[in-house]
Parts: sequence; C-alpha cells; structure tokens
Amino acid sequence: MTAYVIRRIWQMVPTIFGVILLIFILFNWVGGDPAQVLAGKISNPEQIANIRRQLGVDLPYWQQLLIFVKQVFTFDFGRSWSTNEEVSHILITRVGPTLTIMVPVLIIETLLAVGLAILVAYVRGTLTDRVTMIVCTVAMSISFLVYIIVFQWLFGFILGWFPVQGWSESFWKNLLTYSPLPIMLAVFVGLAPELRLYRSFILDEINQDYVRTARAKGVAERKVMLKHVLRNALIPILTNLGILLPGVFVGSFLLEVFFSIPGLGREIITAVNRSDFPVIKAVTVYLAILTMVINLAVDVTYKVVDPRVSFK
Amino acid sequence: MSAVLDNPPAPPVQESPGLWSLAWRRMRQDTVGMVSLVVVVFFLAMMLASYTGLIAKDWSKERGVSYANPSFLAGAENLEAKAMAAKEGASKTPPVDLSDIDPLAPRYKEWDERAAKIAVTEVKRAETLAFGGDKWGRDVLQKAIKGSEVSIFVGLASALLAVTIGTFLGAMAGYWGGKVNDFLEWFYNIFTSIPYILLILAFAAVAQASGKFGKGILPIVLILSLTGWTGIYRLIRAEYIKHCNREYVKAAQAIGATNMSRMFHHILPNVSHVALVQLSQYTVGFIKAEVILSFLGFGVPVDMVSWGTMLAEAQNELVIGKWWQLVAAGASMAVLVTAFSLFTDSLRDALDPKLK
Repeated sequence: MTAYVIRRIWQMVPTIFGVILLIFILFNWVGGDPAQVLAGKISNPEQIANIRRQLGVDLPYWQQLLIFVKQVFTFDFGRSWSTNEEVSHILITRVGPTLTIMVPVLIIETLLAVGLAILVAYVRGTLTDRVTMIVCTVAMSISFLVYIIVFQWLFGFILGWFPVQGWSESFWKNLLTYSPLPIMLAVFVGLAPELRLYRSFILDEINQDYVRTARAKGVAERKVMLKHVLRNALIPILTNLGILLPGVFVGSFLLEVFFSIPGLGREIITAVNRSDFPVIKAVTVYLAILTMVINLAVDVTYKVVDPRVSFK
Repeated sequence: MSAVLDNPPAPPVQESPGLWSLAWRRMRQDTVGMVSLVVVVFFLAMMLASYTGLIAKDWSKERGVSYANPSFLAGAENLEAKAMAAKEGASKTPPVDLSDIDPLAPRYKEWDERAAKIAVTEVKRAETLAFGGDKWGRDVLQKAIKGSEVSIFVGLASALLAVTIGTFLGAMAGYWGGKVNDFLEWFYNIFTSIPYILLILAFAAVAQASGKFGKGILPIVLILSLTGWTGIYRLIRAEYIKHCNREYVKAAQAIGATNMSRMFHHILPNVSHVALVQLSQYTVGFIKAEVILSFLGFGVPVDMVSWGTMLAEAQNELVIGKWWQLVAAGASMAVLVTAFSLFTDSLRDALDPKLK
C-alpha cells in the first residue's frame, strides 16, 4: 500500500512538470507581453520598460521558467496585477465561499441521484423509467444559463423566497440565507446527467448472477438492492465522484457570477477579464495538482470499497 | 480466347452490405432517431439559409418599437415603447421663443425654408413583431435564427477540429506505441489533470490578452477544440491498438503499404464510426459551451448575435416582464440540443449494435 502510494506520487512528477510547462508556454510565451495590457492607454515606452522589469518578463525565457517553478513550490505567486492583492491571499479567502456552496451541492446531489437511480433502475423498462429518462434528456438540453435566469427571477424576484443575490461575513447566514437558491439550482441541473449515469451503473449490476442467487436464497428485495447491488455499483460511482470532486474547488463560476458570491469561480472570471495572469496561473497549477491527489485518493478508496482490488 | 471473353455469364454477385448501409438500415427503423435527424437537418438548413442571406438577412434592422409585443400579445401594454415615444414626442415640442433677444432672429425664416427642403421620411415602427422585439426593436425571431447560425457553426467547427486533432494524435499513439505513445500519454495526462473549465478559461484569458487566436469567432473555435480533443484521443487510441495487429493490416504491410497508408487508408475507415459518434456528441457539448462562453463575454464578438448573447440580454429583460427573447433563445437551443443528443444515441446504436 505505502509502496503503491509512493510510486503513484513519483509518477505524478512528470505530469506536474508538464502542467507547469503548458501554463508557462500559454501565458509567458503565447500570452505575450502583458506590459501593454497593464500600461493601458497611456503607453509611454519608459513606463512599459519599467513594468516589464517589475514583472520579470524582460528576462530570458529559461529564467522566467525557473521563477515560475520556484513560485509554484514556495506558494508565492507575488501580487495580482490588477488589485495588487497577494495571490496566495486571494486563493485562501475565495475558496471558503466556493466550498460553502459546492460541498452541500455534491452531498445532496449524490444522495439524491443514487437514491433515484436505484428506484428507477429497479422499475426499469416501465413507463416511470422511460418518462424519467426522457425528462432527464430534455432537462439536460436546456442551458444552465436559462435555469439560473429563470430560477433567480422566479424564486428571488417574483416569489421573494430567497434573496436575489448577496453574501455576508457570517458563515451561517451565508449557508442558510444566501446559499439555498444557488445550491438548489446546482443540484437541479446536476441531477439529470448524474441520474442517467448512475442508473446505467446499477443496471449493469442488477443483471448479474449474484443478484439472482441472492434472490433465490430469499434475501429481501430491499437488502438485495442496497447491500448487494449498490455496494458493487459503488465503484463506478466513486470514480465519477472523483471526477467531480476537483470541480468543487473551482466552483460553479456561473452561479458565483449571478449570485455575486465572492468565490474562486468568480475570481477566475474577473481575472480573465482583467488579464490578471498570476491569479489564473496559480489557480490552474494548484487545481491540477489537487486533481492528481484526488485521483490517487479515489484509487486508494477502491481498496476500501472492494477488497478484490489489489495494488499492483 | 475471344470465345471465353465473349461469354461472360457472370454469377450474380451477392454484395454483402457494408457497415454504413447496415447502419443506415438500422437507423431507418429507429423512429426517434429519424425524427431527431429531421430536426437536426432542419436546423442545419436554417443555418445555411441564414448564412447565405435567404432568411434573417436584416435581423439588425430596428423594425419595431422598443420591446415590441409578440403578435399574439398585441393587446398587452408596452410601457417601454410608450416611454420612448413620449421622449421622442417631447423633443418635437417647439423650443422657447427667443426671437426678441436672439440677434440671429431675422434669419429664422430662411432656415425654416431650407429645412423644409430637406425631405425627412419617418420610419413607421411596427407595434408588434412576430415573436416580439428587443430593446432596440429588432425582431427576436430573426435574431434567434441569426444566432443559431453562429452557435451551430461554432459547435460544428470546433467539434470537427477537436475530432481531427484527437483522431490524429490517437492514431499516432495507438499505431506507433512505444516512445510516441509515452509522450502522447504524458501530453494527455497534462490536459486532463487540469479541470476542464479551468483549461478553457486559461486559454480564453490568453486569447483575450494576446489577440493571437485571430478575430471574430475563430478564437472560440480554437479554444474549444484545443482543450476538447482529449476524450476522442483516448477512444481512437484504444481502437488503433486493437486494429493494428489485425490480419488486414498485416496483409497491407505484406503488399508494401507504407505506415502512413496503413494508418489512414486502411485502419481509419474501420474506426471512423467511433469518430463520427464522437463528432456528434462533441457538437452538442460545444454548442452548450459556446452559449455560456458568449454569455460571459469570452465567446463571439459583441457585433454578432448568438444564443449566448441573446440570453445575456434576456437576463435584464425578464425583470421588466419581457420574456420572449429568453424563450426564443432558450427554446431553440433546447430543441436543437435534445434532437442532437437523441440523434447521437441512435447513431451510436446504429453504428455499434454490440453496445446495445
């Protein structure tokens, strides 16, 4: 086990280096000269030269790359180009609101999707099943934008059940007052594809021999579904959760923009609009590393769920 | 000798149906698939007609009053248009008479005469439009048609490019294996370890700041395809690994076919059904992505109309009760995407009956 984890971490090194290289090529080489953007309309050559020196973009590329690598490993990306706020400070303060929204979303969505998937898979082939699947397909075809605009208008503006947008300093007020509407939206939108996927995972298991055996020896239907089928379907479900998990940290940038939630997603959109490269670079590199770590954690969890899995 | 040649009672060749004709046969039996195909073809025809200027040519003409009502709501009150008309009316009231103190007063008459000579035609703005008007009185229906042109084109073009990139790299990795495969796998891992949406935004940031991705809709096509090739790469690679040891490839090698010819002339047609299903699936995904990116302002430029920019306008209109732009853009997109997804499903079933 330990040997497996160490080997996996060792295998991450070239990928992490590759991510750094990709981001470097994208922003420092293709992205070109940010001094023009920063100097704005009054572009005095002397000023531009100063800005270039300050940012270090006048250095040769190999030195810039070394600086970038150092930044990644010292967690010091300097300051934002547009607000002069420390990049590390931006990341730390913005991740809280994002998690406040996304953690409940992931939990509620997964529980609902798995529960409904079991029910729908159990009555497979019936009208209920078919109608549910059609509703899912149609629901998936409507743009997330339309859902947000309509829900915000309906529940926030017309019915007034929730504030249209806003955020406060207090965690509980945020969670109980400002988050319910965005959480509901994200769950609503995420549910259809998850349900379809989990239904197919459960259907794969429901036709297996062991299910027939369990039924033959008189195990109660409820127990067959929850203990035998669900436990086996948990492996692909876990894989899918592993894919979704990094997204929890990025947040739903659309929700954050619409509901003015000061989270990471909105910060990234603002950074893209302002060509604030350090912020985007830092977020991208760290989330890539986080994704790799999560993938490793998911692989280790397989062992816990399924004893047949062995670490090779 | 000639007797032999003159006498050709060739046995009736029973040609075995190929993959494509079999698939078409299966497809035709699939009612849902055929209906959705018709819808998709209708949208594509609409896009072409709009591109060639047959329909929705003057979508940008301000033909109606501000927020003109849809024809079926002709009786409803339109406060915005009234306010606008009142403003225009107010500006036409004669200015305060200053002739006592104005030193130029003697010339008033001459100016009036001159002004009368200039013909002013007042365009009568329509009170209602087929499916309502937007803030500037442009026909929402025509906007939705013009918007479909941009949205579908972006979806198709980026899907085509992404599938081309993915197929080429997948073919390379699967066929050559070894070092090429290692390198491309490394490359693939880099792209997939960055959360997809973040990858798109990183490319968008660079495209926006540097302007090196071109103008118009080119940047968004490049952004979507350069970040979206990974899924198809993986599938095509697996297919090539499976195929490159098959007998027909060995036979091709034996008759001296070059590597390139084996890769793209012999194997590619045999895996192209995988690519086609992916192309269809990617188009759906990219149409949805384009709408969101255009909404955020990273997509099509402001002087173009797409479903995303329409939704961006609709957000503020809904609060004052003007829902038609939201419905026009949202519904046309939902119909297309539903049809395209159903079509993709039946395409996959038709091309790959084993999966069923």
